[in-house]
Amino acid sequence: MRLELGNIFIKDVQFSDATKIENGVLYIDKEELLATVGGDERVKNIDVELAHPGEEVRITPVKDVIEPRVKVEGPGGMFPGVLSKVDTVGTGRTHALKNVAVVTAGKIVGFQEGIIDMSGPGAEYTPFSKLHNIVIIADPVDGIKQYDHEAAVRMIGLKAAQYLGEFAKNLEPEEIKYYETEPLLESIKKYPDLPRVGYVYMLQTQGLLHDTYVYGVDAKKIIPTILYPTEIFDGAIISGNCVSACDKNPTYVHQNNSIIEDLYEKHGKEYNFVGVIITNENVYLADKERSSNWTAKLCKYLGLDAVIVSQEGFGNPDTDLIMNCKKIENEGVKTVIVTDEYAGRDGASQSLADADPKADAVITNGNANEVILLPPMKKIIGTTQYVDTIAGGFDGSLRADGSIEVEIQAITGATNETGFVRLTAKEY
Amino acid sequence: MSKKRVVHYINQFFAGIGGEEKADIKPEVREGVVGPGMAINTALKEEAEIVATVICGDSYFNENVEVAQKEILDMIKQYKPDLFIAGPAFNAGRYGVACGTITKAVQDELGIPVVTGMYIENPGADMFKKSVYIVETGNSAATMRAAVPAMVNLALKLLKGEEVGSPEEDKYISRGIRKNYFAEERGSKRAVDMLIKKLKGEDFVTEYPMPDFDRVEPNPAVKDLSKAKIALVTSGGIVPKGNPDRVESSSASKYGKYDIANFQELTEADHETAHGGYDPVYANEDPDRVLPVDVLRDLEKEGAIGELHRYFYTTVGNGTSVASSKAFASEFAKELIADGVEAVILTST
Repeated sequence: MRLELGNIFIKDVQFSDATKIENGVLYIDKEELLATVGGDERVKNIDVELAHPGEEVRITPVKDVIEPRVKVEGPGGMFPGVLSKVDTVGTGRTHALKNVAVVTAGKIVGFQEGIIDMSGPGAEYTPFSKLHNIVIIADPVDGIKQYDHEAAVRMIGLKAAQYLGEFAKNLEPEEIKYYETEPLLESIKKYPDLPRVGYVYMLQTQGLLHDTYVYGVDAKKIIPTILYPTEIFDGAIISGNCVSACDKNPTYVHQNNSIIEDLYEKHGKEYNFVGVIITNENVYLADKERSSNWTAKLCKYLGLDAVIVSQEGFGNPDTDLIMNCKKIENEGVKTVIVTDEYAGRDGASQSLADADPKADAVITNGNANEVILLPPMKKIIGTTQYVDTIAGGFDGSLRADGSIEVEIQAITGATNETGFVRLTAKEY
Repeated sequence: MSKKRVVHYINQFFAGIGGEEKADIKPEVREGVVGPGMAINTALKEEAEIVATVICGDSYFNENVEVAQKEILDMIKQYKPDLFIAGPAFNAGRYGVACGTITKAVQDELGIPVVTGMYIENPGADMFKKSVYIVETGNSAATMRAAVPAMVNLALKLLKGEEVGSPEEDKYISRGIRKNYFAEERGSKRAVDMLIKKLKGEDFVTEYPMPDFDRVEPNPAVKDLSKAKIALVTSGGIVPKGNPDRVESSSASKYGKYDIANFQELTEADHETAHGGYDPVYANEDPDRVLPVDVLRDLEKEGAIGELHRYFYTTVGNGTSVASSKAFASEFAKELIADGVEAVILTST
């Protein structure tokens, strides 16, 4: 399976009377965008605002972040099984609008939505401060239950990204990247002497607003299976979760999965990157046992020598991470696990809820409990009224002058466990 | 500018009083430097000077910890120090424990910076590395020349309020405190690099060494439930409606204790969840789903259990550190025992 990913770099985003991309500027017809994504009976008000890098703007509570992409050649369309038919994607050509994202915000769904600061110290911690963000603020009708609210906002975000992505279809990308993964037997024939590596991609599926969808299927209900890496670049996996902002994988992170990108870098040179095993993080013990048995079984079946395992979320999924690590190592397959830490505000507590000596190669994306002071911002997109109660906030987080003292847990993407960011921790 | 004042602590051996046969001498204080204090004073240069040295026998200290600690603290206080240095103790076990104990006491009581030094296998290192800065030294006094500059360097940093570097940079024994920083490469790139090294059998350094995991063995089963007083404890965040004590939705810094003597069950009208880690709809509709007061009342009526304890304890387990959870439980477990509770049902979400 071979995918050409054409990158179109956007320098600025502006509202205009017609949506178009010219000379690296994305012009958006606000009315048309809202007409395209609006109309959901579960939503009372919907609006869109822009936030640019360096501005004194705070976006909160952030639900999802999505990159506009479009399928140019090859089967299927963006977000298969959700917005497009369920064709197998990952082949042909896809265009991506770089440096921009659709961000969904508005009234809080649960407690686990995040903050994106476009400047100041908070901006250092979120990868999304570097993007021109098209923020959709969707407020639900009164009396709606959380799961309906989440589902409505999720679809609005995806539709907005799809709508904007379409305008990239006929453009000539400035950069084209090629990603290719052959069927297993062919790749082994092609690289007979290289070690075989894979990626075990743990998806957040604790339920009750912690869900991920694969080709439209709720990943709680899957057993571990195999994907070509390029399918993920085409939106095969989307976020439906309201897990703590710092270490959930927004759809943007799935689309741009950096472990896949970085594994491709040395594919065919240092190793043969044969594919991705997706698995879930269910809360029942039997599910945990079954899924970790299956990831280990698939690693062995594919003849892998080593895998990277990435986690999503924390606490309960720490057990899935350690089970995966232990069982895969027991099959004689080497592991590197990618996680983050909850070592307390003082950093002195034990970082994970589970541990095993087999987990001897760990990448950490930082201690999510570390506290940061975010200065007041000139403009708030959304509302800061929930800051005291979002995960990472505490009584008194929001101060009278508009500054916010929170754990970095509340910052979208701060400790992302696919190694999407540079934050890490060491022992003092 | 006047030099900052330092008090130094050493044992009877380094004071030149004697070896094991003199290990029972009581604390005494002398003006100025004694023994290794000379080298320390030289290294402190113009910044600070040792104004007094406290000497105590290792046996005396360890056999009379509380008394000795108080005597020594009183001696130290008189000299109004800005900084306290103990040792280095190298691999002398009782001396190391004394250095650790007294530095921690000075830090806690006087609130001034403290430094000691010892060999990593000194029992004092494991006991006190989390509380105080312990410079890692060799295992014998032959390494004094390396130990002194390292201790003084760290002591001066602390004295001046400068940022302490990593254990490697500032040569102290890791205190187990995790601190964030931005790496050169993103995590995914570091993961791939580590994978390649592990594949090739090359050396690599894990970014999070696995701790010795604290596993709790369950107690034996309660023999006769029909007479037992049972308490409910939850990390599922059930609180009286309105969350009166404002238990945080994640990373909880506290727990709540609430009276349920007058409740036959919990309802939407009187209780709710403060937990921010799951969709609260079902827990709020019927809080018994997380804290099963209704079922326990049934069992009470049926005589299956003796009684339901009138208080339940609750916190939010969402991102709450292991250390905090442990601290909450060790506090309220005492109350539970005092109240005659024989068994606890722990519910989580």
